[in-house]
Amino acid sequence: MPQRPSLAVWKFASCDGCQLSLLDCEDEFLALADAVEIANFPEASSAFVEGPYDLSLVEGSITTPHDAERILEVRAQSKYLVTIGACATAGGIQALRNFADVNDFIAAVYASPEYIGTLETSTPISAHVLVDYELHGCPIDKAQLIEVIAAFLAGRKPAIAAHSVCIECKQRGNVCIMVQGTPCLGPVTHAGCGAICPAYRRGCYGCFGPMETPNMPAMAKEWKLLGAQSRDIQNALRTFNAWAEPFRDESAAHDD
Amino acid sequence: MTTKTIKVDYLTRVEGEGALDLHIEDGKVTTANLRIFEPPRFFEAFLRGRSYTELPDIVARICGICPIAYQMGAVQAVEQAFGATVDGQLRTLRRLIYCGEWIESHALHVVMLHAPDFLGYPDAIRMAESHGDAVRKGLALKKVGNALMSLLGGREIHPVNLRPGGFYKVPSREELAPITEELKRARDLAEELVRWVSGFPFPELERDYEFVAMHHDEEYPIAEGRLVSNRGIDIDIVDYENHFEERHVPHSTALHSMVKQRGAYLVGPLARYALNFDRFPQSIQSLAREVGLGPVCRNPFQSIVVRALEVLYACEEALRLIADYEQPDSPAVPLEPRAGTGFGCTEAPRGICWHRYDFEEDGTIRAARIVPPTSQNQPSIEADLAAVATSLVEEGDDIIRDRCEMTIRNYDPCISCSAHFLKLSVHRS
Repeated sequence: MPQRPSLAVWKFASCDGCQLSLLDCEDEFLALADAVEIANFPEASSAFVEGPYDLSLVEGSITTPHDAERILEVRAQSKYLVTIGACATAGGIQALRNFADVNDFIAAVYASPEYIGTLETSTPISAHVLVDYELHGCPIDKAQLIEVIAAFLAGRKPAIAAHSVCIECKQRGNVCIMVQGTPCLGPVTHAGCGAICPAYRRGCYGCFGPMETPNMPAMAKEWKLLGAQSRDIQNALRTFNAWAEPFRDESAAHDD
Repeated sequence: MTTKTIKVDYLTRVEGEGALDLHIEDGKVTTANLRIFEPPRFFEAFLRGRSYTELPDIVARICGICPIAYQMGAVQAVEQAFGATVDGQLRTLRRLIYCGEWIESHALHVVMLHAPDFLGYPDAIRMAESHGDAVRKGLALKKVGNALMSLLGGREIHPVNLRPGGFYKVPSREELAPITEELKRARDLAEELVRWVSGFPFPELERDYEFVAMHHDEEYPIAEGRLVSNRGIDIDIVDYENHFEERHVPHSTALHSMVKQRGAYLVGPLARYALNFDRFPQSIQSLAREVGLGPVCRNPFQSIVVRALEVLYACEEALRLIADYEQPDSPAVPLEPRAGTGFGCTEAPRGICWHRYDFEEDGTIRAARIVPPTSQNQPSIEADLAAVATSLVEEGDDIIRDRCEMTIRNYDPCISCSAHFLKLSVHRS
């Protein structure tokens, strides 16, 4: 049997949900463990194999000086590096500090701020090292994760659509929620979830981040026609992908 | 005087990152610090100024393993602050989705993360080479919990359907029907799981914990009740801050919780079980006795058996809730924002998760405070570690290290929730 490619999973600032997606592949997990050597996955295994690694999955954003060093080591040991989820790809919800003074944040949570070592910003992995592929989502979709791993094993490009959630609504047969008067980020949001929120009769809240070429001003205009205030638009764009450029720029345009 | 250092770089099979420092001087354990230095993410800071409508989506991101625990405490707090009551079938659906979270979270921990400790494997993948049937059944059980979460919440990680006042969309009886058969199979798998894990070899350890859990008049506590302890606490969740305090210690980005003027306490399966054993159906009480557990269990290593019993309970409870379910007329009750303070508390798989929010007149969040279960358990984990290390002080470092890691895993610690990085180093002098 030829040697299997090695897989490593790395965590930075995050909720663990995206790496949990791998364990949530209940039907595929044992087969995956046959197809690749799981060389480093601390959340699931105490076994550890030294690098280099053929495929690294990176969860979380960079928020500490130590992590800014650690990601360089991870990159150096990884032949192919994939970021999984909104934290690793866009900085995550913790990037809201980038719009504020982090010292105020620390003082609001901790009684003894002198114990806390943190950076002023939360940044995506691509701000620090070369990333070979970015998987969107808060959380990622596990079928897309399997597709990325399968594509890697087959040496092909992952078949991940880059269009907006609107297309997925059509595929799912959802009646457009925006037409019914509910503000929705679907028109500017990257596909991948399968249009869950509109199917549950609420507007998309953008957890997969911006699609490739979103028309942000057009979206904001529609929201205003539906009665949204500047603050509503800004808050809607400042969640899990707040630091992704199209969302960041448009949210800045709605400062009161 | 002997000096010795044992070091492990990363605590594995827990959610998040942390470290342990053990100091042993002249054969005595002088310090057992669980160091949590997962980078803080400042939820309580950036929630200020956000709308109550966004709250459940944001706090879900504290934890990918138990998002419902955060969402539920948050919506309860909003509803209390605005004077709304969510009951009847909406309450049923909330308890039902929470059953899904208990099943998936407990099955993950019991089978994939904790069982390998007892059987001597580094992970469930290697364990599957000799215990493939048990691992596959564990995954099947976990999948049913996730299916229930997805059905009611839209997806299993960071569900989208819960909102202050109720839900965005409620299922019909017909939409719930298909999961009934899956839950019946899950119930059988859970019973097998209880029998399987109860046969594991358990290290001997009995600790005199102050158990703290929710307690409800009629049911095993999941999403509501009073806060009680075996040392006399019996309070409304609103009074939590009068009885418990958090301390910020240098070795942890998680705040440490204590009972005021008393000290460490324990939340989670052992506490729920000890304080609510009589709320289990007779059949589960009998099974517990049959596999050798009394109504109180003080051996933290046997928490794996209690978790398995709770999975069985969650399956049975979900079946009962579905059988009695009628689709409500409206997916949510109307809310009128007003200035005030609201509280929420539920039994996350790892123990009570307490919330307090102050709101402005329009429902904007003015202040937030969230106390996750793992930070409450941190002082108890450290006390367990000291006891375990003391009992093994004559043994080799590898034995001490392995048993200490297993001791930490007894708590199914969610370090991501409490803030997070585990390195293990043992200093001996």
